[in-house]
Amino acid sequence: MVDPNQEPKAGQAFGLHLSTGGGNAAAALSGAAVATIESKTSAVRTFGDRLFAGASSTFAVLTLLLLGGIMVSLTIASWPSIKAFGIGFLFSTDWNPPMEKFGALIPVYGTLVTSAIALLIAVPVSFGIALFLTELSPAWLRRPLGTAIELLAAIPSIVYGMWGLLVFVPIFAEYIQPFLQATLGKVPVIGALFAGPPLGIGLLCAGIILAIMIIPYIASVMRDVFEVTPPMLKESAYGVGCTTWEVMWGVVLPYTKTGVIGGVMLGLGRALGETMAVTFVIGNTNFLNSPSLFDPGNSITSALANEFAEADPGLHTSSLMELGLILFVITMIVLVVSKLLLRQLAKGEGAKS
Amino acid sequence: MFRFPTKLAILASSIAVFATGAQAADITGAGASFPAPIYAKWADAYMKETGNRVNYQSIGSSGGIRQIKAKTVDFGASDMPLKPEDLAKDGLLQFPTVVGGVVPVVNLQGIEPGELKFSGQLLADIYQGKVTKWNDPAIAALNPGVTLPEQDIGVVRRADGSGTTFAFTNYLSKVSADWKDKIGEGTAVQWPVGLGGKGNEGVSAFVQRLPGSIGYVEYAYAKQNKLTHVAMQNKDGDYVQPSEASFAAASAGADWSKSAFYEILTNQPGKDSWPITSATFILMHQQQDKPAQAVEALKFFEWAYDKGDQMASEIDYVPLPDATVELIRSSWSGIKDGAGAAVYPAK
Repeated sequence: MVDPNQEPKAGQAFGLHLSTGGGNAAAALSGAAVATIESKTSAVRTFGDRLFAGASSTFAVLTLLLLGGIMVSLTIASWPSIKAFGIGFLFSTDWNPPMEKFGALIPVYGTLVTSAIALLIAVPVSFGIALFLTELSPAWLRRPLGTAIELLAAIPSIVYGMWGLLVFVPIFAEYIQPFLQATLGKVPVIGALFAGPPLGIGLLCAGIILAIMIIPYIASVMRDVFEVTPPMLKESAYGVGCTTWEVMWGVVLPYTKTGVIGGVMLGLGRALGETMAVTFVIGNTNFLNSPSLFDPGNSITSALANEFAEADPGLHTSSLMELGLILFVITMIVLVVSKLLLRQLAKGEGAKS
Repeated sequence: MFRFPTKLAILASSIAVFATGAQAADITGAGASFPAPIYAKWADAYMKETGNRVNYQSIGSSGGIRQIKAKTVDFGASDMPLKPEDLAKDGLLQFPTVVGGVVPVVNLQGIEPGELKFSGQLLADIYQGKVTKWNDPAIAALNPGVTLPEQDIGVVRRADGSGTTFAFTNYLSKVSADWKDKIGEGTAVQWPVGLGGKGNEGVSAFVQRLPGSIGYVEYAYAKQNKLTHVAMQNKDGDYVQPSEASFAAASAGADWSKSAFYEILTNQPGKDSWPITSATFILMHQQQDKPAQAVEALKFFEWAYDKGDQMASEIDYVPLPDATVELIRSSWSGIKDGAGAAVYPAK
């Protein structure tokens, strides 16, 4: 329903901007020269060009049509529930198929919270991995380690789910959750996030599994963009006596920030849309009684995966469709916010920070 | 010049013969996941015996209902029977194939399989969060002599919509008025307490891992994974263990001759009846656009009723009694072709 591939394009584009920015100007110059010299064959060329332009714009328009089509069909399919519940759908915690009362608050909350936890863990870890791979790792280790991280991305999500449920959850419940309760649980205010019985499954567990799943994406994008930082910049910084950390923080990161944000958005996109792994470990429970992250919850994708096959036609199905529509809108908001963020950053470029 | 039409006619007729006579039939069905293993087993044996292929897609009951309504499959399959008026509305006919049971399972130290005794009311109270400790007087009263720990009950149920949940909640609605009013029955309901596991394997993973938990799974799953099941009190007040015999007892007591096989086998009378028993159903159109396909599908089911009992028992499904099969077979006369003639002649 939501295509996580939207983000990768954005992410790669950010990376490409950096590396090919200089090359475009040169290409434009040589193009102009060629045009003046070979005017004879221009008729054939124009035809070929037109054909190519036509074909590629058709593909582009097709994508737009597809996007519009998905949007329209989702809206039509969810219309009965939009009509029945209105805006209250977003704020209701009900999910009662026999009585036909539905609300999206709990799945939306679960989706946002698990994705936030995943980013909170995955971004620093990925940054560390990318830093190690580009700056600190011995040359012979770089390639196998980099490949290993990319391989992590190739593991099917259901394997993460089963592994999470059968291997990670018991360890998490027995050691990590009691430890968190004994330490962070004692702190006022945030202690409430770690209250309740340590069942293992729940929002926090789902967030951690998601973090493991998105680390390879974010880390490999970060590594790729860190590698395009001109060596001269880094060496100059090292030359004036900067530490590795100072070079990373003060030179490499500002130079590659658009690419880094692209990578983070790619990870966020995957976290928002991830289904199978989450459904195994989130607990699939429609309660929102406490702010505790140990509580089982539900996410949009998990609710869809669980209930769609057996949903009654009518309000139940259309409410599930509306959940899909909401996820679509959330993803779109994320994309728009990241674009705005990048534009803001681009404005600041060149100015003295 | 004159020969040409004759040649054409010969060619056409030979194609027709090839298409109708010689080719093996290809039957498609879709729906419930609960009977999918037995349908697959039957289809495999049927293919070996007759060369006819049965493709069954296990996509869930409501998917099956949708597909048969859209006529994209030859038969649909559902774990819950459709009401006679719904059948009439879409011109469908339904009949049961096999019976299975749903079994409550627990994880309590020192408790043997079948040792703990439950009533339907107690089960409803646990799943409503009214009984929360294992040493609650309500449990102790049914289990004199069993040492019960002062431990919280961890309630586990299905997260995905399923026929298993339908049978379970249908049973609880029959035995507890409070459950019927507040929660009701369905493939998914608004559970007041508990954790949701995905599929039978998800529920059993939670139950095996969480001490003091209770869940419900299909019998085959409980048996194959050696989960600790409980004994249930049935409608007659007797305590029964889940077994093929107790499911068969429940299905034997059913009055299938009632309207259009709309019969849910939970809470059946009979002193040996397992109370949470359910049948799974096949849906077909009464008015057939492709009578030949319908005949092939019915042939398959007839073969399955005839020769498939042993295979069903092997993987812990309960075959239907012969009297019921007779009833089903005579109901097939309701499946008609465009001219209004029954496609499948009675024996």
